[in-house]
Amino acid sequence: MFGRDRSLTSLLNDTFIRGILFQALIAIGLFLSINWLADNTLSNLANQGKTLGFDFLTRTAGFQISPTLGTWMLDYKVGKSTYTDVYLIGIINTFIVALLGILAATVIGFTVGIMRLSDNLVFRWFSSFYVEVVRNVPLLLQLFFWYFAVLRAMPSKREKLELVEGVAGLNITGLYLPAPIVSDGFIYSFLSLIGAIAITFLVRRYALRRQAETGQILPMFWIGLGIIIILPVLVHYLNGSPLDWSLPEFKDTGPKLRQGYQSGAGMVLVPEMLAVWLALSLYTAAFIAEIVRAGILAVNRGQTEAAYALGVRPNVTLRLVVIPQAMRVIIPPLTSQYLNLTKNSSLAVAIAYPELVSVFAGTALNQVGKEVEMIFMMMMVYLTFSLMTAAFMNWFNSRVKLVER
Amino acid sequence: MTRKVIKAAPKKTTMKKAIPSDIDTQAGYVRIEDAPLLPPPPSEVGVTGWLYKNIFASMSDFGSVSATLKSVFVAASTLFILYFLITQISGLLDFAIFSAVWSDPEGLKRQACWTVEQGGALPNGWHAACWPFIEAKAKFIFYGAYPSDDLWRVNLTYALGGFMLAWVMIERLPYRKIVGILLLTVYPVMATVLLTGGAFSISTGTIGGATILGLALITIGRLGKAGYVSGAFGDLALVAGVCGWLVILFAAVLAVFAIDFDLEAIDTRDWGGLLITLVVAITGIVASLPLGILLALGRRSEMPVARFLCTVFIEFWRGVPLITVLFMASVMLPLFMPEGVNFDMLLRALIGVTLFSAAYMAEVVRGGLQAIDKGQYEGADAVGLSYWQSMRLIILPQALTHVIPGIVNTFIGLFKDTALVSIVGIFDLLGAAQSTLADAAWSTPVQGLTGYLVVAVIFFVFCFGMSRYSMFMERKLNRSHKS
Amino acid sequence: MAQPQNTAEQSVDQKTIVSMRNVNKWFGQFHVLRDINLSVDKGERIVVCGPSGSGKSTLIRCLNRLEKHQDGDIFVHGIELNNDVKNIDEIRREVGMVFQHFNLFPHLSILENCMLAPIWVRKTPRAEAEEIAMHFLTRVKIPEQASKYPGQLSGGQQQRVAIARALCMQPQLMLFDEPTSALDPEMIKEVLDTMVELADDGMTMICVTHEMGFARRVADRVIFMDEGQIVEQNEPEAFFNNPKSDRTKLFLSQILGH
Ligand SMILES: Nc1ncnc2c1ncn2[C@@H]1O[C@H](COP(=O)(O)OP(=O)(O)OP(=O)(O)O)[C@@H](O)[C@H]1O
Ligand SMILES: [Mg+2]
Repeated sequence: MFGRDRSLTSLLNDTFIRGILFQALIAIGLFLSINWLADNTLSNLANQGKTLGFDFLTRTAGFQISPTLGTWMLDYKVGKSTYTDVYLIGIINTFIVALLGILAATVIGFTVGIMRLSDNLVFRWFSSFYVEVVRNVPLLLQLFFWYFAVLRAMPSKREKLELVEGVAGLNITGLYLPAPIVSDGFIYSFLSLIGAIAITFLVRRYALRRQAETGQILPMFWIGLGIIIILPVLVHYLNGSPLDWSLPEFKDTGPKLRQGYQSGAGMVLVPEMLAVWLALSLYTAAFIAEIVRAGILAVNRGQTEAAYALGVRPNVTLRLVVIPQAMRVIIPPLTSQYLNLTKNSSLAVAIAYPELVSVFAGTALNQVGKEVEMIFMMMMVYLTFSLMTAAFMNWFNSRVKLVER
Repeated sequence: MTRKVIKAAPKKTTMKKAIPSDIDTQAGYVRIEDAPLLPPPPSEVGVTGWLYKNIFASMSDFGSVSATLKSVFVAASTLFILYFLITQISGLLDFAIFSAVWSDPEGLKRQACWTVEQGGALPNGWHAACWPFIEAKAKFIFYGAYPSDDLWRVNLTYALGGFMLAWVMIERLPYRKIVGILLLTVYPVMATVLLTGGAFSISTGTIGGATILGLALITIGRLGKAGYVSGAFGDLALVAGVCGWLVILFAAVLAVFAIDFDLEAIDTRDWGGLLITLVVAITGIVASLPLGILLALGRRSEMPVARFLCTVFIEFWRGVPLITVLFMASVMLPLFMPEGVNFDMLLRALIGVTLFSAAYMAEVVRGGLQAIDKGQYEGADAVGLSYWQSMRLIILPQALTHVIPGIVNTFIGLFKDTALVSIVGIFDLLGAAQSTLADAAWSTPVQGLTGYLVVAVIFFVFCFGMSRYSMFMERKLNRSHKS
Repeated sequence: MAQPQNTAEQSVDQKTIVSMRNVNKWFGQFHVLRDINLSVDKGERIVVCGPSGSGKSTLIRCLNRLEKHQDGDIFVHGIELNNDVKNIDEIRREVGMVFQHFNLFPHLSILENCMLAPIWVRKTPRAEAEEIAMHFLTRVKIPEQASKYPGQLSGGQQQRVAIARALCMQPQLMLFDEPTSALDPEMIKEVLDTMVELADDGMTMICVTHEMGFARRVADRVIFMDEGQIVEQNEPEAFFNNPKSDRTKLFLSQILGH
C-alpha cells in the first residue's frame, strides 16, 4: 500500500491516507459546528436567564389534563402530580392510541387489500375508491373532519345518539360504553381462558404428532375455537357469573343541569381520542391495503398452480404456500406503517388529545419553558420506538430471507 | 346424477362433427378439414359472461356447507357495499351540487345558508354545501393575507413555474434540458424576488467580498488544471475551482436579491393558503433532493466516519414525527443561532421540512443505488473514472431515473405533510381554511364540511394527479427496461 | 356421490386413462381448443408438439383443471372432469405435472417440497412421507440436496426436484409442459435422462416438448397441434419421416431445418 517513494505528496495521494484525512476533516468540521451551536444555545439561554437541567421534572404540574387512560393509571391530580407524571401520561396516551390504531388499521387494511384482489367487481370498486380517497387527502384534514365535522356534530350534552339501546350511546362529550366491574371470582374465569389457550396448544401439539405418525389431520381450527370459547364460558357461569357491567346512565328528567350522561356509570371514550383513533386507523389502513395487495400479487401464480396440480386444496394452499411467501413481502413495510402510525399520533396535538406532544411539548412546555430539555425528552421517546422497530425488522429479515445461491 | 354440469354450451355444433372413436387412438390420424371456429358460449363473453365473471362467480359455489356460507356472505356484503357506495356517492353529489346553495345575491352571508329553524329560508333538514361562503373566502384560502393588488405576482410565479414544468415534462419539445436547468436555478431566485418583493438589505461589501473570494478560488482552480500545482494539492485546487464557481453564483444571487425592483415588500406572515402549501412543498422537495443524494452516497461510502454520520442523520430524522421537527425548528432554531440572527417563521419551517424530507429522499436514492448492477461500478472504475466522475456520469443518472416513482411518492407525502405547518402557526391551505371557519359572519352548521370539502378536493387533485404520473413513469421505465 | 358409477357408466375399457371427446375451449372470444378428440392408454407415452400459441399448454392444463374447458367431455382415470370438487381432487391426486418454470416452493426445503402433498393430500405419516420423498429424490439422483432450498440449486436440479415432487404422489399419469425449455443446453440432458428412465419404467406420460430426439426415442405417438386443433398424430417414425399434413411438414422443416 505504501509505495517506495514516501514523500509528502505521494502520501497524500495514497487512497487509504486520503480517506483518513477526509474523514478527519469531516469529524473536525462536525465537532466545530456542534460546538458553535452549543455555544450559541448556551449564550442565548443565559440571555433569557435560563439554565439547562432536568430539575423541573420533580415540580408539581398546575394544569388540568382531560380524563384519559394515562391520567387514570397515574391518578393525575392538579397540584399533586409532577411533570414526570405528565411525561408518563403523554407516553401512555400515545401508546394506547397507537396500539388501538394498529389493531384497527391491520384488520381494515387486510380486509380492503384482499377485497382489492377479489373477482367481485363491487369489492374491487369499493376498495379502490377507499384507498384512493383516503391516501390522497392529508391526515390532519381527516382528523379535523372526524373531530370537528362529525363528532362535534353529535347531539349535545343533554341528548344522545343511541347505538345499542341502554348499552352504548354517543354525544358530543364522547362515546359511552359499559364498564366491566370485576368481582373476586372473576379471576377464575380469566384463568380458565388462559388455561383453554394452553390446552389448545397442547391439543395442537398432539394433533401434529398424530399427523406425523398416522397422517390423520384433525380440524384444529374448530377444535381450538371450541375449547377457547366453551371452557371459559362454562367456568364463568358455573361460578355464578362474577363479572358485572356498569351500564352508562342517561337522565333526561330532573334539573336541567343534571341531565345527560351521569359520571360514575359506564365508561367514556373522549371524542378527541375517538377522532384520533378513527383518523389514524382509516388512514393507515389504506396504505396497509396496498401493501397486502402487493404482497399477495408478489407470489407467483405458478406457486398456486403447482400446489393445485399436486392435489392440494385451495385453503391449504393458501395456508402453506401463499401466505408464508406473501408475509415475507408484507411484514417489513407493514412494520414501517405501524411506526408511521405511531409517529402520526402526534397530530393529535391539533385537537388537544393529551398525548406526548400535546401534553408535554405543548402545555407543559408553555408552563416550564425548558425547550431544549423537553423537546429532547419527547424526541427520545419516538427514537426509542423507531430503533426498536428497526431492530425487529433486521431480525425478521435475517430470519425469513429466502436462501439463494 | 348430475355428472354433466359443464356450463351451457352449444352442443349441437360439436355433435355433428363426431369422429369415430377409434380414429384418435389409431396411428396415422390426419385432420382433413379444419374444425369450425365457433363463437364462445354465453358464459364466456357478452354482458352475461362479464357479469358472471365479475360479480356472480364469487358467489356461486354451493359445493359444500362452508362454500355455501361463503357464497351467501359474499352476496350479502356485495349488496351492502353497493348500497353503501351508491348512497355515499349520491349523498356527496347532493351535498356538493344538487342541494347546495350556489349564490348569495342579497349579501345575506350566513343567513343564506340557514334553514327556517335556524332563522333562514331553506327548508328544515337541509344539509348541503354553502358555496357563497367559499366564494367570499376564496382569496384567503388561496393566497392568505397577501395584498390583493399584488396577487398578479403570485399568479405570474405560478404561470412561469407551470409553463417551465410542462415544457420539461412534454417529451417532444426541444431544449428540455436547458429549461430544466433554468427551472432549478433561475426560477427559484425569480420566484423569491417576485413573492417577497426582493430588495433585501445586503451590503455591497458582502457581495463584493464573495465575488473576490470566488474569483480567487477560480484562479486557483485554473492554475491546478494547467498543472502548476503538484500532486494532491492539484486535486485540492480543482475542488477550490468548483467552490469558486459556487461562491460566484451565490454572490450573483445575493446581488439579485439586493436590487430594488420597485416591488412592495410583502412579509411572509401575510402569505397563506395554497401559496404556502406550494412554497413549502416545492422548496422542500427541490432542496431535499441534492441533500438526499449526498446523504445516500455518504451512507454507502466506504469511509466509516462518513457512513456512520450519514446513517445517524438519516435515522434520526426518519425516527421522529414531522410535528416534533417543526416544533424544534420553531422553538429551538432561534436558540441555535448567534444573537441577532433571526429567521422568520416560514424560513424555520422550510429548514425543518427540508432536513426531514432529505432523510426520506436519501433512503429512496439509496434504494436506486442498490438496484444498480455491480458491473456498472466496476465498469466505471475500469475506464479510470474518479469517484465523483463515476457517480455523476454513470451511477446517479441510472439510479435517479430508476427512483423517479419513489421521488414522486415522497413528494406526495411531503405535499400532504405541509398541512402540519398549520400547527406551528403558519396558515397553509388547511390552516387558512380552518381559520375561516371561525368567522361568525358565516357561521352555519355546514360551514365546516364545506370548507373541508374544498381543501380535500384540492389536495386530492394534486396528490392523485401526481400518483398517476408516478405510475405512468413506472410503466414507462419498466418498458424501456425490458427492451 | 356419483363416483362409483363413473367407471361403470363410462364404457371405456380399463386401459384408457385419458379420454377427451369434442373438447372446446375459449379465452374470451378466442377459440383456443377446437374440437379436440384424444384418448390415451395406460403406459402410453405421448409427445405433443406444435408452433407457439397453438394451445399445447392449454390442452394439458385442461387435464387437471388448471384450465376449465367449456364444451365436451374429459374423463381422466375414469372420472369425469366437471365442476364437482371431489372429482377434481381425485383427478389431481392421480395426475402429476411438471412445469416449464419448475414452480418449486422457494420457502420450503427440497425435502419439504416433496413431502407437502403426500402429507396434506394423501395423509401419509411423516416418516413414511420422508421415506417416499428420499426414494424419489434418489431416483432423480439428487438425494444429497434434500435439505437445501430451491434457490440454491441449478435449473436442471430444480427441474429434477419438480419431477420427484410430482412422483411422490405416485401418480398414474404425468404431464410435462416444456420441462426443458427454460434450461441451459448442458442441463437439458440430465432432465431428459430422468424422463427417459421414467418412460422406461412404464409411466404414462404426456409431454409437451420440442426435443425431437426424446420424441423419437420414447414416444409411442406424436401429436401435432396447430391453431387449437390436433392436426396430425402418428408413431414417431412415420411422423418424422413421412408427415402427411402440409402444416406438419412446414413445422418440422422449421425445427429440424438447421
Ligand atoms: N389465461 C389466458 N387468457 C387469455 N388467453 C390465453 C391465456 N392462456 C393462454 N392464452 C392464449 O391461448 C393461446 C394458446 O396458449 P398456450 O399457452 O396453450 O400455447 P402453447 O402452445 O403452449 O404455446 P408455447 O409453445 O408458446 O407455450 C395463446 O394464443 C395464448 O395467448
Ligand atoms: Mg406453453
